Amino acid sequence: MKHQYLVTAAAIAMGCALSATAFAGGPVDEQLVIDGEIEMTTRTESVEGHPLDEVISGWHYRTKETRALEADTFENPAMLYVEEGQDIWNTVEGTEGKSCATCHGDASESMAGIGAHYPKWDADSGRPINIELQINKCREENMGAEPYAFDKGGQKPLTAFIKHQSLGQPVSLDLAEGEMQSWWEKGEELYYTRTGQLNLSCATCHENYNGYYIRADHLSQGNANGFPTYRLKQASLVSIHNRFRGCIRDTRAEFPAAFSDELMALEVYVTWRGTGLSVETPAVRQ
Amino acid sequence: MASVKPRVKVPKSASAGEVITIKTLISHPMESGQRKDGDGNPIPRQIINTFTCEFNGQTVFSCDIEPAVSANPYLEFTAKVGEAGTFKFTWVDDDGSVYTEEKEIALN
Repeated sequence: MKHQYLVTAAAIAMGCALSATAFAGGPVDEQLVIDGEIEMTTRTESVEGHPLDEVISGWHYRTKETRALEADTFENPAMLYVEEGQDIWNTVEGTEGKSCATCHGDASESMAGIGAHYPKWDADSGRPINIELQINKCREENMGAEPYAFDKGGQKPLTAFIKHQSLGQPVSLDLAEGEMQSWWEKGEELYYTRTGQLNLSCATCHENYNGYYIRADHLSQGNANGFPTYRLKQASLVSIHNRFRGCIRDTRAEFPAAFSDELMALEVYVTWRGTGLSVETPAVRQ
Repeated sequence: MASVKPRVKVPKSASAGEVITIKTLISHPMESGQRKDGDGNPIPRQIINTFTCEFNGQTVFSCDIEPAVSANPYLEFTAKVGEAGTFKFTWVDDDGSVYTEEKEIALN
């Protein structure tokens, strides 16, 4: 009897401990400095029209071990993919006998800051394109090479390599370009639309409940500034459209195809929400 | 990972007697030998089985690595530096390949 009492007491104590830590899910007050050199903007005042006062990078919501991984490019597991992307950059492919480097030269110069401004309006296709689609466009039109299928071939490493050249640059989109504004509006509508059997919208978790727990994990604001991101859970680089699909799947909804109009609109809107945050590619998350 | 590539991080300089932290990483699939392919055939083991770090010819750190170690093994250790010299790092693959990397260190 006494033994049973002790067990109950321990269970209550544990319950208290759990509820106490649940309040510790908010963003930590720390500064992200990569390799002790590049000071990153991971918290900043939001742009006009943003529903939140402050935009906060997902880095602040992670454990100290995960945060440390991102702060050191040597320990960041995704840097292996970035190096692979660099190899692809210099590899000749396609009928034209060109590599990325043939036209664009040294990526550290030609691609510096470029990744911070995607998705961009593409007049040829009449829709916004992201880095992945820009790579495919280049491969088809200039290299005479096959476009990469979603998340296949060199798509993730090359995208990460190109975006990594903008490390520390603030995210900003030009919504005045082409019809970007209407895609932004479509993205906003999707962001606030509840979907799936769980009846959740993006905003339910990432706007209303960021900092709270979802099962054993902290919800962040869901900003896009670190993609492609290394997720420890998958032990791999994860593209933004993969993450969108995963999130929508978790609401138990049918999820749109990668690079579909729905997800491109969502990428425009979600990227805009992180305006002013430093590009963290490749970020490290749980 | 497409290719096996060693990476090492060593401070460029240290004061005599200082304990420095050395970080090493090698991109490698570390196939454990326990897995089967789509047809049910075992995938042969291929891992990095030994790692050695020498300073001016003298071993400062070495270890055997077993199949349970995951892909892209990362090793971090400390060493005391008494003189300027060269760290030599060696990884030995199951297939007999030897990957090496060298780093110089100067005294402050």
